Amino acid sequence: MYKIAVIGERDSVLGFRALGLDVYFASETDTDTARRTLHRLAQENYAVIYVTEQIARHMQSEIDRYKDAVMPAIILIPGRGGSLGLAEAGLKSAVERAVGADIS
Amino acid sequence: MANKTINPTRMELTRLKGRVKTAVRGHKLLKDKRDELMKQFMEVVRRNRALRRRVEEGLEKAGAAMTVASAVMSPELLEQALLYPKQSVTLDVTYRNVMSVNVPVYHYQTANSDPTEIYSYGFAQTSGELDAALEALGQVFQDMLELAEVEKTMQLLSQDIEKTRRRVNALEYVVIPEMQRNIRYITMKLDENERGNTTRLMKVKDMVLQDAHNFT
Repeated sequence: MYKIAVIGERDSVLGFRALGLDVYFASETDTDTARRTLHRLAQENYAVIYVTEQIARHMQSEIDRYKDAVMPAIILIPGRGGSLGLAEAGLKSAVERAVGADIS
Repeated sequence: MANKTINPTRMELTRLKGRVKTAVRGHKLLKDKRDELMKQFMEVVRRNRALRRRVEEGLEKAGAAMTVASAVMSPELLEQALLYPKQSVTLDVTYRNVMSVNVPVYHYQTANSDPTEIYSYGFAQTSGELDAALEALGQVFQDMLELAEVEKTMQLLSQDIEKTRRRVNALEYVVIPEMQRNIRYITMKLDENERGNTTRLMKVKDMVLQDAHNFT
């Protein structure tokens, strides 16, 4: 049995707690904690970890480390203040990687 | 590359011919695999785009409702309302095989089967906006889970396509041409030896004839 986690700023992710997801708070100013939380969760029993883009943009390399692993799936979601286009960039880089050139 | 010494022998030639045949067959198979993976991948990318748009819209709506809720309620009260959730979600992961790439499929189970169980508080002290926010989140959650599945599938597929593409290219542009070059080299060498042998024999024959008949 696996679990689902959400990492993000307090006011963007608080609501997910009611849905039964495990919520971990992080802030943009303290990215080290977020980084540590991410690694810890990846070791644990989490199959899906949602990270808000606002946090994710400070730890792109950490997130990329789990890209090729089957578990966990780290998925970016827009936090408070809307989408930063990071997810779209990730999609584009995946396509580039597969095709070997930039199409679209 | 080509200066790797190879024995110009008939045995080596047979061996090389066999290897070329295998490499060509492998190349064709890998190429088919790459094409099929690519087809699947494009489909996944399209689905990902659509889902992402839906999720972002849904989250935006939920976020707006949450903002309103946190404006009318005090932060402590909000925190308290969500402190102990009634609902909990566990995830079951199975794997689907797409062209020998294992991609995850998520099935989620909620501890409480009643979908209205997400309200972990009494309605007396909380504002209606919070209910609306949670409802919006609950609606978008299904899509979020599907998004996770699709996005992971996309990442895994793109990794495998890259690998396959490299293999195809290596076979097509490096391995097969080199072996063909070697085959040509060996055939040339063998033919040359054969010709050398023929001339030598002719020469020997002339010498023998001269000895026997004393021709000039």
